[in-house]
Amino acid sequence: MNWRRVWTIAVKEYTQFFRDHRTVISTMLMPLIQVLLYGYLSSDVKHQPTIVWDLSRTAESQQLLDAFTNSAYFDIRYRAHSMSDVVRHIDDDQALAGIVIPPDYAKLLHEKKSPEVMVGVDASDATAAQAALAAAGAVGSSVTQQLQIQQLKLEGAAPSGIGVDVRARAWYNPGLRQEVFIVPGVLALVLQFTMTFLSMSTIVRERELGTLEQLIVSPIRSSELMIGKMVPLVTIGYINVTMILLVAVFWFGVPVVGSVLLLYFTVLVFFFATLGLGTLVSTIAKTYIQAVQLIQLFLLPSMLLSGFIFPVDAMPKLMQVLSYFVPLTYFLTIVRGIIIKGIGVDYLWPQILMLLALGLAVFTTAVLRFQKRID
Amino acid sequence: MPAAIAASAVTRRFGEIVAIERLSLEVEGGEIFAIVGPDGAGKTTLMRLICGALALDEGTLLVDGIDVRRQAWRVQAAIGYMPQRFSLYPDLSVMENLRFYGNIFGVPRLEFAKRAQELLNDFALAPFTRRLADELSGGMKQKLALACTLIHSPTTILLDEPTAGVDPVSRREFWRILYRISAGGTTIFVSTPYMDEAERAHRVAFITHGAILSLGSPADLKAHLAGEVVEITTQQRPKARRALRDEPSVRSIEIFGEALHALVPSAANAIPAIEARLRDAGVTDAVLRVIPPSLEDTFVARLSS
Repeated sequence: MNWRRVWTIAVKEYTQFFRDHRTVISTMLMPLIQVLLYGYLSSDVKHQPTIVWDLSRTAESQQLLDAFTNSAYFDIRYRAHSMSDVVRHIDDDQALAGIVIPPDYAKLLHEKKSPEVMVGVDASDATAAQAALAAAGAVGSSVTQQLQIQQLKLEGAAPSGIGVDVRARAWYNPGLRQEVFIVPGVLALVLQFTMTFLSMSTIVRERELGTLEQLIVSPIRSSELMIGKMVPLVTIGYINVTMILLVAVFWFGVPVVGSVLLLYFTVLVFFFATLGLGTLVSTIAKTYIQAVQLIQLFLLPSMLLSGFIFPVDAMPKLMQVLSYFVPLTYFLTIVRGIIIKGIGVDYLWPQILMLLALGLAVFTTAVLRFQKRID
Repeated sequence: MPAAIAASAVTRRFGEIVAIERLSLEVEGGEIFAIVGPDGAGKTTLMRLICGALALDEGTLLVDGIDVRRQAWRVQAAIGYMPQRFSLYPDLSVMENLRFYGNIFGVPRLEFAKRAQELLNDFALAPFTRRLADELSGGMKQKLALACTLIHSPTTILLDEPTAGVDPVSRREFWRILYRISAGGTTIFVSTPYMDEAERAHRVAFITHGAILSLGSPADLKAHLAGEVVEITTQQRPKARRALRDEPSVRSIEIFGEALHALVPSAANAIPAIEARLRDAGVTDAVLRVIPPSLEDTFVARLSS
């Protein structure tokens, strides 16, 4: 290993990277845009536009509607005067939910009977609908409980302590905030994208320029060339990680519970796999366009399989097996584990080892394929 | 002292195609050796074999006595190779390109400063050291590529069609530079599709289909041409060519710019026959004269025999 040659390649790569303003801007902006988009769009489906047809028009029915509003899931925007009003608003997407309170609502309550309140939800978007339905159910039971307590008090009886108290607690992310889950995932996703793309293009570009042929006929070794090219990319990757973490912590208020040092170390392990992958693609593709198409063939399925959106445990068996070959799967578990749960090597070592093994396999194949020959 | 390049029975195949077939040649130290041949003759493959960018299938190849097959890295440190496309980094400056190759070839820093200044002055690039390679003219790019090839003072340089796509003035200047380099003792192995360029080399090898057709100094090659060349100047070149194609005293007839060149065993015998043929065909404006053969004439003669 001749370090002067490695250094020469690295300096050249830095110079070229920072001289190409478009690449600099896109490499620096892309992670920010992604993290902001995912961060905002993933936030919970609250404040859904809601239409109400209140046939009871009593203090009791208003109390119920307040409970819906206070849940923060429903925004009462429209008052309907008929059932067709309700249906029309949901049909043309003005409202996601419709609440219908029967005329005898207050009367039935006073007679100690159970009035039926209808909540209709547009379930075309299953995620939004699920959240609204769950919230509606919760509103119903809490209002019932309140009414029962009120009733008992009216009858002069103390509320009895009998009943099963299920204390469900949300661990690690007590606010159940989607962005706490999504933003660390974006970190992994962005890194995979930047690293594979940059490593691929740095080699394919030299092949297209013809400078690779000149390097092949120089005393430089393949390993020196590879290391020289990867060092600047690792720096760029770390800049990306830092940027995303800063946005996550200071913009979205995602707490980094675990060790940042461990996170930065595992990022390096992930670089192995992603840089190796980019290099591998560059040894297969003849032109830049071909390389871009090849890499896309891997990037999209890897995002879907990794558990970034759909949990791996809920996947069909075959998909689960496929996901074991995706480095992103392990890295996602690691990143979420460190940032959200604050767990360390004692729990994460299997993932770190698997990531290292995959990375080494890909990287070694890439270096072996990247022979100092033209054919 | 071993030959600068010694190839014996070198063979290289690409699948079924034989790109170089049992090719042997020897290039002496300090000479300018040109290989000429049509596109696809195997010129680039031969260059790549010599510098170890391609592995040879059979035969032996020695550069300065070093076996390319066994010690490609030693060969690569000792030679300079300029591929067909100028392999410069367009987004690096003239000086950055030079420094890059200087570092890759391990030129000591003090020596680099001296060598770079020398080359920049010699090639009239000194005023442009900070300019990006992309912003240089074609001729200047080519000179910078040559400077990068020479930065580590190689004993032999391989230039693959260095003047392709360069204007005639820059080509002439480039060859003046090559003579200066050669005078300094560097061996130059150059390929070219242009006959007039090959004429400037000390020795020339014609290659077609991966094999050498003829080899020698331009003067030797011309002297060994069996026969004479009759130049026929006429406005009716295609008609004249058709008329002479079946003339038994003419071995070959080719259009060269404004005239036709007829290769004949003996001009004294052939001229009356040619004149008669042209008269019969209705070509009335032909002017005939015997001229000294060019390198191209000898190449055409070798190809047609």
